[in-house]
Amino acid sequence: MSEAIEGDRTFADKYPEEARIVRAALLGSFLALTLGAIFGIIQTLHRTGVFRGLIDSTDYYTSLTAHGVFLALSFTTFFLVGLFTWAVVRSLDRPLIDIRITWTWYGLMAAGMTMTGISILAGFTDAIDMSADVLFTFYAPLQAHPMFYAGLAVFIVGSWIAGADYFRTWLAWKREHPDERIPLQTFMVLTTMAMWYIASSAVAASVLIFLLPWSLGLIDQVNPTLTRTLFWFFGHPVVYFWLMPAYLLWYTVLPKIAGGRLFSDPLARVVFVLFLLLSTPVGIHHQYLDPGIAEGFKFISMTNTMFLLLPSLLTAFTVVASVEYGARQRGGSGLLGWLTDLPWRKPEFTGMMLAGLMFAAGGFSGMVNAGMNINYMIHNTIWVPGHFHLTVGTAVALTFMAATYWLWPQITNKPIYSRTIGLVQVVVWFIGMALMSNAMHAQGVMGVPRRTAEPEYSGFDYPTMFGGFEELNIQIAIGGTLLFVSTVLFIGNLVLTMGNPKVSGLAEELPPALSGPDDSPRVIDNLRLWVGIALTLVVLAYALPLAAIINRGGALGPGVGTYPVWLLPLLDTLANRAAMLLGAVGDAATSLVGVVR
Amino acid sequence: MHIHAYEKLWLAASVLLILLLIGSVTYGAVGPGVAMVSDSQPTIDAGGLDEDERFSEPRVEQVGENEYAAYVVARQFVFQPDPIVVPANSTVTFYVTSADVIHGFEVAGTNANTMVVPGEVSEITVETDGPAEYGLICNEYCGAGHHAMEGKVNVVSQAEYDERTSGGDEE
Repeated sequence: MSEAIEGDRTFADKYPEEARIVRAALLGSFLALTLGAIFGIIQTLHRTGVFRGLIDSTDYYTSLTAHGVFLALSFTTFFLVGLFTWAVVRSLDRPLIDIRITWTWYGLMAAGMTMTGISILAGFTDAIDMSADVLFTFYAPLQAHPMFYAGLAVFIVGSWIAGADYFRTWLAWKREHPDERIPLQTFMVLTTMAMWYIASSAVAASVLIFLLPWSLGLIDQVNPTLTRTLFWFFGHPVVYFWLMPAYLLWYTVLPKIAGGRLFSDPLARVVFVLFLLLSTPVGIHHQYLDPGIAEGFKFISMTNTMFLLLPSLLTAFTVVASVEYGARQRGGSGLLGWLTDLPWRKPEFTGMMLAGLMFAAGGFSGMVNAGMNINYMIHNTIWVPGHFHLTVGTAVALTFMAATYWLWPQITNKPIYSRTIGLVQVVVWFIGMALMSNAMHAQGVMGVPRRTAEPEYSGFDYPTMFGGFEELNIQIAIGGTLLFVSTVLFIGNLVLTMGNPKVSGLAEELPPALSGPDDSPRVIDNLRLWVGIALTLVVLAYALPLAAIINRGGALGPGVGTYPVWLLPLLDTLANRAAMLLGAVGDAATSLVGVVR
Repeated sequence: MHIHAYEKLWLAASVLLILLLIGSVTYGAVGPGVAMVSDSQPTIDAGGLDEDERFSEPRVEQVGENEYAAYVVARQFVFQPDPIVVPANSTVTFYVTSADVIHGFEVAGTNANTMVVPGEVSEITVETDGPAEYGLICNEYCGAGHHAMEGKVNVVSQAEYDERTSGGDEE
């Protein structure tokens, strides 16, 4: 087993080149986290009416776009490629095939995100005629500056090359080890990236075929239902793309930190295969309330979505069982008494456990979202961001931060500056999110909408339940402030850690599972088979809806205008239509030059 | 493949939960008849609403015994008509479309909620209770003035509704 060979050398000692790229990816991720947190605190205080002095309400949407793109795409994906690079190299115990390719994908991802980021942030100033206030979902016919779409395309292409890098490294390993099972971490990486290729193909098609040419003025209009559907084809599996690195950590690192080992390697593989199969043919559940999509398609998507609960429920069992095993190895006993024998003083352990606990809560609010008819109560209310701040905002983000306390010394040979601050940080995050998310769910049931700068209206008051609107606003503001404080503690601790001297003796091994890979049939490792089935399911779930949408409205839409948010003032757009087209051509040339450079 | 007995039990309970959830949604659809927004309406030219028979004059009209149709246009950053006045204890079908970008149509605190997509007409049918005033919210980001986009749905007594409509005819 490759797991046993690590000895007392850290990852940084054995693979200095790869450790460098993992560090670069993680630092990119944390830069995005910092920016996202700054916009987060601005929004929390603005939306709740606690402090509206920093930005105008019209700029709130610039901030919200930045918060969404930097956290949901940049923070998550950069951490993922860093973690996956570590996991592939560590579990295969061999270097990547060509580090220049590795730096190429890193460079492309960084360049793409920089382009998109600039196009968003330019929205804060009138000095530059550029903006992308289209939020993370960029629903047409709201239109962003072409650089926003071009940057996204470059970013996604970069991630595709990263996936190819992992697959090629695995194939090279396979030639050297023809009869061995795929090591667990590599198996997780490969299934996740296979899912990513399937999912991101749709958003890439949407951007390259429709949105980018449209923003450049090459086509007059797009079909909003079609681009929206292509977005959600990608938009649901992307949440599993965020989650799979957290699962990788829960399955392979958390049991070790708890003092035990993974309960079952075969079950872990089954779970990742289920995610590969089921993550994509469910995106229409984000469109339950869309006109132009038949009820039957929505029902199929609902059924698939409910089955997607299965791998997460299995994970809950395996992770808790593995942790309990660890506790009993440490002398724990009793029905629940073993809970006291866990290493609660370790920030990496407590952080991941709290993240898992919040994920359970997020899972239950997700069941409400997935319930096709009850969804009408909460669709597009602040319940929804309340839900995903539990999932991506805690299950994923808190796991990433907690894991950093364990992983960072492995890739730098530097001990964490203060593990006590780390422990405080993860607990503050948990408390902050408990307050904020709870109040968001409650406001959602009252009908308070998401994505708005000022959720209070002049013509009516919200019904009072679970406490009044204002009371819940205060809860959200306090929670959001605690989350910001937690992020500052995390980033500060990491910056101080970077100033620490390098030491030896930090190496950690990952023990093999109690029930090893040989307990599962070899067919589980047949990636071609699973990708084939996944593609079939996607075709079954999407071929008819997409055909119906194009058949109804045409590929370029049923007579819909163009509403650029990047030419001000917004309300003069009709009068400025001619000037806009000229401007678009100029911008096209500029951004093309940007791409070429 | 070896699976622990507890894990088998957990697996069975999980599958049962999933089937119950699917069952409850199915029951909601076929039992109480909770209908989804669907593709029941043909597409429409969002740029040509001025010439459209239903949407050139957004309005509420009686279409049957105690049945009403409300033709609503959402545009940056208003709902038309505003307020939408409907009689109590009646069946109201909203036909909502957009003149520009994607909007939301949410009667706050109720499950009357739909996306409003340009080029499409959303159809939702509700049963009104007694007289009440509801806030109408655009719950999808639609541009810089999104937070100012609100309207009202006033459910009034049948007598008051009749008075208002006949009053309107005399003008």
